[in-house]
Amino acid sequence: MKDISKSINKVDNEEKISGSAEYIADIKMDGMLYAMTLRSSIVKGEIIKISYPKIPDNYYVIDHKDVQGKNIVKIIYDDMPIFTTKKISYLHEPIALVIGPEKEKIVEILDSIEIKYKEEEPQFEWEDSVVDFHFDKGEGERVFDHADKVISYDYETGYQEQAYIETQGFIGYQDGDKTTLIGSIQCPYYVKNALIQALDSEPENVRVIQSTVGGAFGGKEEFPSLIGCQLAVAVKKIKKPIQLIYEREEDMLVTTKRHPAKIHFDAAIKENKIKGIKAHVGIDGGATIGLSGVVLSRAMLACSGAYTIDNLDITGDVYKTNTVPNGAFRGFGAPQMMFAIEMFVEHIAKDLNIDPLEFRKSILAKQNDHTSTNGVYRDPILMPEMIEKAMKESDYLRKKKAYANPNIFKGIGMSFFFHGCGFTGSGEKKIIKARVRLRKHKNNKAEILIAAVDMGQGVKTTFRKLVANILEIDIENVIFNNPDTDYVPDSGPTVASRTMMIVGGLVARAAKEMKQRWREDEFVVEKQYKQPDYIKYDEENFIGDAYPAYSWGVNVVEVEVSKTTYQVKLVKTWSVYDGGKAIDEKVVLGQADGGLAQGVGYGYLEVMNHKQGKIQQKNMTDYIIPTAKDMPDMETYLYDNPYAFGPYGAKGVGELTLVGGAPAVAKAIENAINKRIYKIPVTPEYIMELINNAKN
Amino acid sequence: MPKIEFKLNDKLVTVHSTANRRLLDVLREDFNLTGPKEGCGEGECGACAVLLNHKIVNSCCTPLANVDGQEIVTIEGFSKTKRYQIIKDAFAEMGGVQCGFCTPGMVIATESLLNKNPHPNDEEIRIALSGNLCRCTGYNMIIKSIQKAAKDGDGIW
Ligand code: FES
Ligand code: FES
Repeated sequence: MKDISKSINKVDNEEKISGSAEYIADIKMDGMLYAMTLRSSIVKGEIIKISYPKIPDNYYVIDHKDVQGKNIVKIIYDDMPIFTTKKISYLHEPIALVIGPEKEKIVEILDSIEIKYKEEEPQFEWEDSVVDFHFDKGEGERVFDHADKVISYDYETGYQEQAYIETQGFIGYQDGDKTTLIGSIQCPYYVKNALIQALDSEPENVRVIQSTVGGAFGGKEEFPSLIGCQLAVAVKKIKKPIQLIYEREEDMLVTTKRHPAKIHFDAAIKENKIKGIKAHVGIDGGATIGLSGVVLSRAMLACSGAYTIDNLDITGDVYKTNTVPNGAFRGFGAPQMMFAIEMFVEHIAKDLNIDPLEFRKSILAKQNDHTSTNGVYRDPILMPEMIEKAMKESDYLRKKKAYANPNIFKGIGMSFFFHGCGFTGSGEKKIIKARVRLRKHKNNKAEILIAAVDMGQGVKTTFRKLVANILEIDIENVIFNNPDTDYVPDSGPTVASRTMMIVGGLVARAAKEMKQRWREDEFVVEKQYKQPDYIKYDEENFIGDAYPAYSWGVNVVEVEVSKTTYQVKLVKTWSVYDGGKAIDEKVVLGQADGGLAQGVGYGYLEVMNHKQGKIQQKNMTDYIIPTAKDMPDMETYLYDNPYAFGPYGAKGVGELTLVGGAPAVAKAIENAINKRIYKIPVTPEYIMELINNAKN
Repeated sequence: MPKIEFKLNDKLVTVHSTANRRLLDVLREDFNLTGPKEGCGEGECGACAVLLNHKIVNSCCTPLANVDGQEIVTIEGFSKTKRYQIIKDAFAEMGGVQCGFCTPGMVIATESLLNKNPHPNDEEIRIALSGNLCRCTGYNMIIKSIQKAAKDGDGIW
């Protein structure tokens, strides 16, 4: 059998290149109405009174009074109303949908609605902790009692916006008792389950279908459940097809973003070694909690980075503020922590006058070491050879030395990192319980029935390839349509780098069984997730294996900094990844390029902030993401390190490729300007501040 | 209502509509040409790109009046050409497509570039693409796709 990693052309190339692929905005239905959202114009307070103008025929206003079920969006933490009843806790909080046949008229109606509020003092300080966690490893804090000295630093990360080029959107229609939504989404069953609760409908009366997705990056994980519920409530009442698609400005101002974070570290140093680390991670959850607790725990679990630290005392808080709710974004808490720990270890070495590279290499995690929660890194870790490869390809040592000259303003930086594959803790076992189905059709075709979404990361290609390979049939004979909850079982959300490893693992098992029975005419094989027995995790106390497997990576970034404007220019990047066996090399390399672009963008370019609760960047002109001119040539090398429980040995790669970008670029800039960096994004203004501050 | 006439994908068409309507809406709504996409609606992303007299423009920022008497080619029209075949094969082969939302615009940008400069270097390609945002690929494989198209299509542009 040929090597599965060998690339094929993606199965959806033709329709996407020719422009014929149907994204949500390309779908039109007869008599379709448009919906727009009425939003609060204050940050915090209460609605006293809403005065509507006379609503013309065939125009509608839908608000909380129309919600037949529970007026809460079903997410992990149930605190987000579908439409606010009265209380306003962030700017632009949704109050109602205004719906009708002409967009101009809807805008006119929206403009003439008058709302009287009672305003309250909003809260922007990180004081009101709504989730807090704590865990220890080894001696915990006690290790500080016998330290020679303690080294402490603070690190800070900003907002990041997913900036998928296709904005959020749905179309809904009603057919008898049945409400159907088609949408640009990552998680069909998250939306379906949210709809069942919002509409108080029977499961068979709710249907969710995925349209072609124009990028998601976590931004279409939980947020679509909110607008899906709003639209479904309207559709069920009005009984006409309705489209709800955000314009860019609305999308930028109101959708969930990456949590800003502040991380404080203390290291107990004895005989020039790190004996233990104490850390506190604070993240800004925004006005609702939603997924923030899960994001916080992933950040905390990543606290020792790619290193093994024997003694840890880690605390974390999610703070509630009157700002737009933050949520899922590729990496999910890990990018914040990976930046902080990579800088911290580097800064400790510098304080101790030890070569940072040697210092870091000496504490790298090895197979059988204990993770931050006393789980075990069971599988081989190839970091030493991966680092060597990255250094050789990038000519790291020579450049690092040459760039130490403070007058040339060039720099090279290298990050080491890992990503825990799949859901944190027992999520798979207790909450998701993934099910997959394969159907053999009479005409000798096999159909993949799963809820995993192709949002550009190539799921359609890799899954068809996987099944074709196992069944030893042509890929043309494997069918994989966009998930439709009427046909596919709940294989879980398309998140957490779990799709190939977990869902793909199940599909591979189903395909193997199908192969045995291939002579039979027509049949179905179903598989359900079972956690490997050796994986044990105590959620409450953070003890044990938080992840079944880990992917690893090294990024090297080379930069030039302008001496006059302090603009940073990327010169080139080199990356080495171990994501297990690649099911398709080109697909993984594509993830590598795109993930790193987002990672370095997070590190030096992408600025988002709020002023008194108002996001200051409202379009792609204000919020800068890397262009073709900003990005340099990128070289990537994949290491084959098969994971026994993944299909053909695959682990997760989607998020891994993002988490190392920010520390690599920050270290490169640190090397170029000879000043220490404590926060991202490293903007020209920040560089100027560092250079003008002699103390740093 | 003013009457505006222009050549659209090789056919003469007439539109009775307000002069300041966005070309993007006219294409998508009146002609059901949904290859051009709306990513930002303000000239930043290039997802809505079409060819105006063989040169790339963002149709979201082009008022209908501006195309009176001109020639517009969308991805739907361009996809019937030999040049498209070469660009398409190159993008497929080199991994230039992920979510695909930016892709029709990228193909239009490629045609606009190669039409003017059949043998662009790396820097010229990056400059030509700088008005087209892609959030998925980091541009690396798109650049390689365009290099390949220029090579495979030698003599066609
Ligand atoms: S939609 Fe026209 S440039 Fe973005
Ligand atoms: S492929 Fe998704 S935006 Fe370019």
